[in-house]
Amino acid sequence: MGDKVGAVLVVGGGVAGIQAALDLADSGFRVYLLDESPSIGGTMAQLDKTFPTNDCAMCILAPKLVAAGRHPNIHLITHAEIEGVEGEPGNFKVKVRRKARYVDPEKCTGCGVCARECPIEAIDEYDEGLSRRSAIYVKYVQAVPRTYIIDRGKCIGCGTCKEVCRAGAIKYDDKDEVVELPVGAIILAPGFEEFNPVVKSEYGYKRYPNVVTSIEFERILSASGPYGGVVLRPSDGRIPRKIAFIQCVGSRDAQIGNEYCSAACCMYAIKEAIIAKEHVPTKLDCTIFYMDIRAYGKDFEKYYKRAMEEYGIRFVRARVASIDEDPVTRNLIVKYVDNEKPCEEEFDMIILSVGMRPPKNAEKLARAVGIELNKYGFCLTNPLSSIETTKPGVFVCGAFAGPKDIPESVAQASGAAAKAMSIIASERGKLVAVKEYPPEKDVSKEEPRIGVFICHCGINIGGYVNVPEVTEYAKTLPNVVYAEHNLYTCSEDTQKRIKEKIIEHNLNRVVVASCTPRTHEPLFRETVREAGLNEYLFEMANIRDQCSWVHMHEPKAATEKAKDLVRSAVAKARMLRPLKKPTVSVIPVALVIGGGVSGMTAAVELAKQGFEVHLVEREKDLGGNLKRIYYLLEGEDPQKYMRNLIDEVNKYPSIHVYLGAEVVEVSGFVGNFKSKILHGGGIKEIEHGVIIVATGATEYKPKEYLYGVDPRVITQRELEEKIYRGLFDAKTVAMIQCVGARNEENPNCSRICCSEAIKNALKIKEISPETEVYIFYKDVRSYGFKEEYYHEALKKGIVFINYDDARKPTVMREGERLKLIFWEPVLQHEIEIYPDLVVLSAAVVPNPDNKKVAEMLKVPLTKDGFFLEAHMKLRPVDFQTDGVFLCGLAHGPKPIDESVSQACAAAARAATILSKEVLELEGIIATVNEDLCGGCRICESVCPFGAIEMVEKDGGLVAKVIEALCKGCGTCGSACPTKAISPQHFTTEQILSQVRAILAG
Amino acid sequence: MSEEDFEPVIVGFLCNWCSYAGADLAGVSRIQYPPNIRVIRVMCSGRVDPVFILEAFKSGADGVLVAGCHLPSDCHYLAGNFKALRRVILLKRVLKEFGIEPERLWLEWISASEGDKFAKVVSEMVKEIKKLGPNPLKRLGGK
Repeated sequence: MGDKVGAVLVVGGGVAGIQAALDLADSGFRVYLLDESPSIGGTMAQLDKTFPTNDCAMCILAPKLVAAGRHPNIHLITHAEIEGVEGEPGNFKVKVRRKARYVDPEKCTGCGVCARECPIEAIDEYDEGLSRRSAIYVKYVQAVPRTYIIDRGKCIGCGTCKEVCRAGAIKYDDKDEVVELPVGAIILAPGFEEFNPVVKSEYGYKRYPNVVTSIEFERILSASGPYGGVVLRPSDGRIPRKIAFIQCVGSRDAQIGNEYCSAACCMYAIKEAIIAKEHVPTKLDCTIFYMDIRAYGKDFEKYYKRAMEEYGIRFVRARVASIDEDPVTRNLIVKYVDNEKPCEEEFDMIILSVGMRPPKNAEKLARAVGIELNKYGFCLTNPLSSIETTKPGVFVCGAFAGPKDIPESVAQASGAAAKAMSIIASERGKLVAVKEYPPEKDVSKEEPRIGVFICHCGINIGGYVNVPEVTEYAKTLPNVVYAEHNLYTCSEDTQKRIKEKIIEHNLNRVVVASCTPRTHEPLFRETVREAGLNEYLFEMANIRDQCSWVHMHEPKAATEKAKDLVRSAVAKARMLRPLKKPTVSVIPVALVIGGGVSGMTAAVELAKQGFEVHLVEREKDLGGNLKRIYYLLEGEDPQKYMRNLIDEVNKYPSIHVYLGAEVVEVSGFVGNFKSKILHGGGIKEIEHGVIIVATGATEYKPKEYLYGVDPRVITQRELEEKIYRGLFDAKTVAMIQCVGARNEENPNCSRICCSEAIKNALKIKEISPETEVYIFYKDVRSYGFKEEYYHEALKKGIVFINYDDARKPTVMREGERLKLIFWEPVLQHEIEIYPDLVVLSAAVVPNPDNKKVAEMLKVPLTKDGFFLEAHMKLRPVDFQTDGVFLCGLAHGPKPIDESVSQACAAAARAATILSKEVLELEGIIATVNEDLCGGCRICESVCPFGAIEMVEKDGGLVAKVIEALCKGCGTCGSACPTKAISPQHFTTEQILSQVRAILAG
Repeated sequence: MSEEDFEPVIVGFLCNWCSYAGADLAGVSRIQYPPNIRVIRVMCSGRVDPVFILEAFKSGADGVLVAGCHLPSDCHYLAGNFKALRRVILLKRVLKEFGIEPERLWLEWISASEGDKFAKVVSEMVKEIKKLGPNPLKRLGGK
């Protein structure tokens, strides 16, 4: 075996690939991030908004694009493909073809003059063909890298671009280049391709201009899209008044060989309908034609309900037979069957919710890398660990491993990063570069020179706030020497511009007025630091989340408010002082709370990387919920999997297992936690650098349908136990879905119950084929590849009967027998059956201990009691509190493979901290002006962290701040009678100046 | 000035972890509320020095909102919200002595998931302060 290499190749630069690259690069490995496209960003970069928070996709993705683009350990290789892989895990040689770009990336500044002068028009793929671009182009405004490329198929070789390019970047004689990269592991994240609905000729796509796909509609909705965010019909540019979405186009369709469900379409259709209604100033009717609404994710069901109740979106359960066009109006006539009744309805525009297909070059990629594909052409994975491919050392994440949404892709990406890290853990830190910053300029003696950058955020701000007016206003403020406005202040090109302006105008303070500092402050701080300023000489004004978005109907008032907010930010900027970040050492030890499949997986992944782990389990044995799972839909033996996992936990001497134990106290901070474990009657104290929460969840104990009253009414889990123990005996079984879920008390869907019911129903048919099984459901949510088993269940004669809240089935006793009455929606009639067994698909409910754990760790819970992650979309396993992570059922209901992915993800995220010897802390801490301090000790008594000690000075006492303990809350500052102690960056003077400025309008 | 014409100016001190995030969520959810509030971000409601509030009234604010994490245990800094509570209760008494109606100072607990609550609080506050009329200090020759 050759020497191991501390580098990883990530194939695909979408959100999954970027996340994997960032996690690896942040924990000491070199990353090659390869993309076929000329820029990274993937599909997410084309989206307008994301569900269920309606966050602007570009706004949350752009910081990641920029971070990947500027990371010293990430090498972007765009417009390239893999030709072959040789070697073994730990030491692969990958042959990569870097295709000719005809523009020198070293010289191109991305100024765009070439594209403006280019006489050629070509179809813009980024806008899904709805607009035109030139033959020399950059994929999109925020593209990383922002290097132009010549489309040689379209270029006529006129030489215009070469003539106008001041940078001399045009290289007509550019050639493909083949390079060989030595890497230790490979992560595949090539994403997916949208289904092309031309195949479904009955929908008239490409024949009727007003029939568009969901991704085309996403571009139509986008402020940076073909119509600037105004919803228009492609045929005549008119604003539609009535639109419809057709679900499952190219999914759940055996005819075309795509049996699987594409997992994200229901949610994105609901989102597009909501956003369309927001974008259309007049009334817009939205209808969604569907088979089942699969709103199975965290808080998705609430979003679905809001769409119905608040936005008035109409949902029609019907498969659309055909679409015809009225040749005069170009309106579309939809023919569908509703409750066996043929219906016809006219719409102005139709959106086809197209499914996910494997990426175009999947086969070629599979051949080159040496992995197998499944029958649909997606990557073949291990059903219990869906980040592992058939080839050791090669991992997969995102939609290539099967259709999925963004947070799941991100979790898988971090998970794949953990798997890669464990192969080359010994090589950590050997191939990385340390980021070099220019020396920090001393501005302490200079008068403030403030530059203000005001963001349009596409139309998110610019559509409501008069941004040029605010910019002109900013120029009049004291110490402001420069102000400008940008389409997107967060984009890569604007970062470059800000740096240029800092130097050009000798700026020593920067203000950005855009979105929220909670997401974007780190990005801009990094930018000013790169320009040689201390990163704390930066201030933000939130004129989007707290202004343009909440005053959409009052543009004048919103503009005035934006001016006030900018004035306040400038007032603070004038008072800003450079700060130093203290550092702390990191204890390379993890505490994992919960010994179920998630906790054990996280522990093993960390141990593989050489970290010590304390694994605390409340019960007497490891395994958690997995102890009572005996079968899987996909056929694997979960008990065997669990035994192997327990063996692995026990194999590592670096994993300390505490059974029948509980964490009773946690103190400290990232890198340096101290905890107390109650174990075997005594208290064990441990020190550790991170915490992973994997406390699981439990099955709801039903109060409905005679559960607990009649022993023949049981839960799915009890049924599974019965089958496993050979105690199953029934001629008729009725299963009722959504018990304790999707109701008033618990509005969310429990995600796994549909698949559980199908699993147990199929098992029944296997052991007792003559048994009749009925499943009463609201929507069958067998998402992704699980859809296959739904088909199988239908084929095996399992009867699925739909019910809604108005007509739930009822269960009663009639003599000795159990009777179930239900409403048959097709026959429009009540029917009675006499089941021997009624099986309730009970919800997954949060662990009752969550509240206690949450309070102890100071992390939040959702309204229903699961842990609330830092960001629903892009930080699925992080908490807002540094050094604390989350995985498995504690985060929300999910099947085993998703828990495993999340557990690996939590391990990778934890490794980004544990791998560092020293961690830089936040610079916002309290300082004491000893001349003013009277030694009264009030600050010492109010500090919740014991971060203040009293020391002697000149015969008296003065307060002193213990930097590593101070968290910068500032409570001391507001209690100090002499204002001697003050938290940096939120000093009394700074806040008072903000107060005065904000009221000076 | 009639109640209809009077547009109060409200200064909001929001803690970074809960209430500021809640205000952001109102934006993300596009919940519309009156444009009368101007927010100053602080790390913790415990950072809100009574001096800031007095300065706001002195500078002409018609209302001041202090918002932090829910009691008892949501505070990112353990108990900053309790400190804010104590200070606001005391300050209300002092305000009265200055001739400023204590009803102009609001303390609310708004979590990161309560965008709707933030919008509701601002809307109600605007309505209530319109009833009170402008900050009396303005009449006394202040701003």
